[in-house]
Amino acid sequence: MTFERAQFIRAAVAVVLVIVAAYVFGWYIPQFYESSTTYLWAEAFYIGVAAMGLNLLTGYNGQVSIGHGAFFGFGMYTTAILMESHGWPFVATLPVAAAVSFAVGVLVGFPALRVKGLYLALVTLGLAVLFPQLTARFVPRDLCPTCGTSQVGELARSKLRPPGWVPHFISANDQWAYYVSLAAVVIGLIVVVLMVRSRFGRALIAVRDHEAAAETVGINIARVKVLAFAISALYAGIAGSCFVLVKRLATASSVSVFQLSIEFLVAVVVGGTATVVGPLIGAVVVVFSGRWISESFPSTILFLHIDDSVKNLLSPAIFGIGLILLMYVLPDGIVGGGRRLTMSAWRKLRGRTSPPALKGIDA
Amino acid sequence: MSLFLTQVMNGIGSGAVYASLALALVLVYRTTGILNFAQGEMALYSTYLVWYFAERGVPVWLAILLSMTISFIGGALIERILIRPVENSSPLVLVIVTIGLFLAINSIAQVQFGNDIKLLPRAYADKTWLPGNVQISSDTLVLVGVLIAECAVLYLVLNRTKIGLAFRAVASNFESSRLVGVPVGRMLMLGWAMAAAIGALAGSLVIAPVGLQGASMQEILVYAFAAAALGGFDSPLGAVVGGLIVGVVGTLTTQYFHAVHDIELVVPFGLILVVLLVKPSGLFGTTRVERV
Repeated sequence: MTFERAQFIRAAVAVVLVIVAAYVFGWYIPQFYESSTTYLWAEAFYIGVAAMGLNLLTGYNGQVSIGHGAFFGFGMYTTAILMESHGWPFVATLPVAAAVSFAVGVLVGFPALRVKGLYLALVTLGLAVLFPQLTARFVPRDLCPTCGTSQVGELARSKLRPPGWVPHFISANDQWAYYVSLAAVVIGLIVVVLMVRSRFGRALIAVRDHEAAAETVGINIARVKVLAFAISALYAGIAGSCFVLVKRLATASSVSVFQLSIEFLVAVVVGGTATVVGPLIGAVVVVFSGRWISESFPSTILFLHIDDSVKNLLSPAIFGIGLILLMYVLPDGIVGGGRRLTMSAWRKLRGRTSPPALKGIDA
Repeated sequence: MSLFLTQVMNGIGSGAVYASLALALVLVYRTTGILNFAQGEMALYSTYLVWYFAERGVPVWLAILLSMTISFIGGALIERILIRPVENSSPLVLVIVTIGLFLAINSIAQVQFGNDIKLLPRAYADKTWLPGNVQISSDTLVLVGVLIAECAVLYLVLNRTKIGLAFRAVASNFESSRLVGVPVGRMLMLGWAMAAAIGALAGSLVIAPVGLQGASMQEILVYAFAAAALGGFDSPLGAVVGGLIVGVVGTLTTQYFHAVHDIELVVPFGLILVVLLVKPSGLFGTTRVERV
């Protein structure tokens, strides 16, 4: 009886949370905050989309990649090239960007079958390091004149404006980029929830937990792993397209691609690996912690006065130390750790043990 | 032909640096099973220390020795204080901790020493010899000599001393060595300490000719990762061979393949991909067999 009640409570809480989130993100933030804040949220959204994809690969399927910045770059360049030299509107480029990064994901996924763990991480690192050099050399200048510079061209600028059929409350106040990124998050989230609970999702987890055992129950390991790679690449590609819309530029320096790959991974682990909403929360933490440090970190600690210029230099250190401390306190991430803590609190409250949750399956 | 040999010598010189740092990565990986993203930044900080001492009138070689000693202690402390609390966590958590360490050390070094380019005094004369029209610079000779010395010291310590025996025991089987009374914790600290000291030496030698700044070690670290992956992550010999291969192949491509000009990284990483496809655990790495 109590089990059913617990399920009912969970469903009710979930519905309330979804309604609150829909109001806050769909109306309150874009309509009542300045564009400098919504810009940061849009950034958190596209990083969140890429992190959700990486989480499918790393969290659910156990393949560590530190090269997803490259797939992100494929999406970014596809969108930029289609807008700049073919005059496509932004929205039309999304499916192509998704298809291109999916295809590249398949191409990378096949050799990745041979290589495991640490070595796979390093091969993907190679991908992240090589991508900028390859684009700098092989993307012809006239195909995308402004790729790699800090501004999009005149042609592309008009393509980044919202099309006419978009309702006024979205196109007004420069909220188009915010809403597109939000839509990417919502669709991505729904797809992840459905996928994780499907036959394919269970196969992902089975392959991660024990490859040989998964093979004996008839799972086609190669197919599952390559597909996981391709889908996560698709997510990263979509995120890269959103980057063009939000930042209004397409650029891939070796520093930025590597940094992005690391940011995705940090977002996944900080939020909680193999949880559905964890990567999104991690992305918000990654994006907003920098701003929080520069704005709210005290300028005087005891007798030490910290200059603003020093604070800028020091902010990666604060972020890094914060990361280490977080890993001490919540090694399973914000969502995983939060769930563990509420479970133990609940158990203490009721004075009995609840049935163990299935690891990695529920939201 | 002499041009070819000259480039090979240059490649061996830079390869020796990658080999040294890869050796440090392997030491950390063998003991604590961690892919240490912060290894390059630890070397960066050590190199800043060399600059700091040299600036205050300490002779360069002494400054390097001082910095190596401090790095040795610092490496042990990092293992004891920062890594020990999470040693049993998942590999992903450990990666994130070393990334945090990477960010923290890099920015602390820049705050402490300033973010302008620092010029280190050279520890030896800048000379070039021409035996049979092959150019050999003193940089190459020193770097290779240091690498050989490192290997010799490591070999002697690991294979000829009691501590080395305990160290190898921990690297090969953590649990069993704890059961027979090996002080496992101290061996893990030793692994990190030796890695930090090697990184300090490599960093201060390679950076001296080009100047020191915040991003100095990052590209070298990428090459060192490539070297370690190529050789097999759990093999010191593999790290050295891998480093030399990556160095030589890198310089030869920039010299001969104008089609891949500006993208010299393609060849080392292409090579890694091919090697790992054939031998998934590197040239000299042990293959793991899973028992069901």
